[in-house]
Amino acid sequence: MKSKKVRVLAIPYAVWIVGFTLIPLMFVLAKAVTSPAGGFTFDNLLAIFDPVNRKSLILSLLLAFISTVMCILISYPVALILKSSKIKNKKILMFILILPMWMNFILRILAVQMLLSKNGIINHFLTMAGLSPINIINTPYAIVFGMVYDYLPYMMLPVLNCILAIPDDIIEASRDLGANRLTVLRRIIIPLSLSGIGSGITMVFVPSMTEFVIANILGGGKIQLLGNIIEQEFSVTMNQHLGSGLSVTLMIFVLLTTLLFGRHEDTNKGFVL
Amino acid sequence: MIGKTLRKIYIGLVILFMYAPIIVLIVLSFNNSRSRVVWGGFTLKWYSALFSSSSYMNAFYTTIILAVLSAGIATVIGLAAALGITAMRKRNIQIMLFFTNIPLVNADIVTGIALMLWFVRFLPLGFMSVLVAHVTFNMPYVILCILPRLDAMDMHQFEAARDLGAGIRYAFWKVMLPDLMPGIFSGFFMAATMSLDDFVITYFTKGPGVNTLSTKIYTEIRKGIKPEMYALSSILFLLVLIILILINVTGNNASRSINKTIEEK
Repeated sequence: MKSKKVRVLAIPYAVWIVGFTLIPLMFVLAKAVTSPAGGFTFDNLLAIFDPVNRKSLILSLLLAFISTVMCILISYPVALILKSSKIKNKKILMFILILPMWMNFILRILAVQMLLSKNGIINHFLTMAGLSPINIINTPYAIVFGMVYDYLPYMMLPVLNCILAIPDDIIEASRDLGANRLTVLRRIIIPLSLSGIGSGITMVFVPSMTEFVIANILGGGKIQLLGNIIEQEFSVTMNQHLGSGLSVTLMIFVLLTTLLFGRHEDTNKGFVL
Repeated sequence: MIGKTLRKIYIGLVILFMYAPIIVLIVLSFNNSRSRVVWGGFTLKWYSALFSSSSYMNAFYTTIILAVLSAGIATVIGLAAALGITAMRKRNIQIMLFFTNIPLVNADIVTGIALMLWFVRFLPLGFMSVLVAHVTFNMPYVILCILPRLDAMDMHQFEAARDLGAGIRYAFWKVMLPDLMPGIFSGFFMAATMSLDDFVITYFTKGPGVNTLSTKIYTEIRKGIKPEMYALSSILFLLVLIILILINVTGNNASRSINKTIEEK
C-alpha cells in the first residue's frame, strides 16, 4: 500500500488545511502586526501590558487555574474510589460520570444560571431553611462554578481512563512487598496517572482561560476575561487589529500550557463509546 | 464499613453536582407556572410552544443539517486523508499529524476569529461559512479516530485478497472498509457531536441570518430565560442519551463479533 496512488488521497485534506487552517492563522498574525492605517507595528501585541488588558489576563489565568485545581480535586478521589471498588457496573458508572460532556455547552451554563441566580433554586432552599441567601451570581465565584461544572467531565475522563488502566497486579505486588496504602498511592498510582492529569489540565485550563461565554452569562457582563475583551474587539469596538494582537497573546499561553502538560486528548471521548 | 459508605456518599455527591442542574431543567420544562421555584402543576404547553416557534425549529433544523453534513464531509475527506497519511514516510506522517493537531490545540475563539477574517474576503458569512468552519474543526477528530484502526489493521488480508485476484477497489470495499468501519463510525459520530456542541466558532462565522441552537439560546438567555428553553434542553438531553445508548449497544456488538472471529481463528 506504500504507493504514490494511495498518498494522493491525502491531497484534499492537505489543501483544506492550507486553505482553512494555515491561511486564516496567517491573517490573524498579519492583522496583529499591522495598524488599522496599514503600517507595521508591535502595538497590538504589546497591548496586553495595558492595565485593563493585563488585569483581565491575570483574572483569566487565575480563574482557569482555580477551576483546573478544583476539577482535579473532585475527579481524582472518584477515580481512586472506582479503582478500589469491586462493583461490576464500573462501565455504567463511568458512562454516567462522563455523559454531561455530551450535553450542549450553552444549555449547561443556562442550567447553572438557574441554580445560582438571585431568585434561583439554591437561594430558594437557603431561605426556606432560614438561612440568608447568597449573592454569587455576577461574581468571579459564579464563573468558577460554571467552569468547574462545564469542564469537570473533561478532567474526569482522562483521569478515570488513566487510573483504571493501572494493572491491579502492580498494586497487589507492591502491597505484597510491604507497601502501605499511602505508599502505593504515592509511588505507584500518582506517578502512573500523571499523563491523565496532564491531558485533563490541558482540556480544562485551555477552554477556561479562553472563555467568554460563561463570563458573559454568569458574570453578568461585568467581569472581563481576556476572551471577553477579544470578543468585544470583533463585535462591538471593531478594532480587529487589536483583537488579533490579543488573540496571538492568548495563543502563546495556549501553546505554553499544551507544551507543559501534554496533548489535548479529546479523542479519548471515543473510549466511552 | 464507614469508609465504604463515605465513598458511596462522595460518588453520589459528585453525580448530584453533575446532574442536579440538568434535572432541574427537565422538571421545570413540565412546570405549569413560569416560576422557577413554585410547582404549578404538570403541563406540556412549553413543548407545544417550542414546536410552534418557527425560529426555534429553524435553528433546530439548521443544527441537525449542519451536524450531519459537516460530519459527513469530514468523514469522507478524513478517511481518504487517513489512508493517504499511513502510506507516507514517517517524517511526512509527523508533519501531517502536527497540522492535524492545530485546530484541536488552538483556542476556539482564535479559530473562529481566524476563519471569520479569512471568510469575509470571499465567502458571505452564512450557512456555507459555518459549514466550512465545522468541517475544518471536525476533520481532526475523524482522522484521529481512523488512524489507530489503520495502524492496527492486518495488511496481509488485503494483500491476500489482491493476490487472489481482487482489484484494488474490490479489495478495499470488501476487506479494508469493513475492518475500518468502527473507526469511521466513531469518527463520524464524534464529529457530529462536536458540531452539535459548538458555540464559539459558529458564533464568529455565522453572520446575522443563520442560527444554530447554541447561538439561538445564547441570544435568548441574554434577553431572559423562557420556559420553552427548558423543554428544548430536555429534548436535547434525551436525544443525546438515546444516541449514546444506541452507540454503546451497537459498539459492543461490533467488538463482540470481532472477538468472536478472533476466537474462531
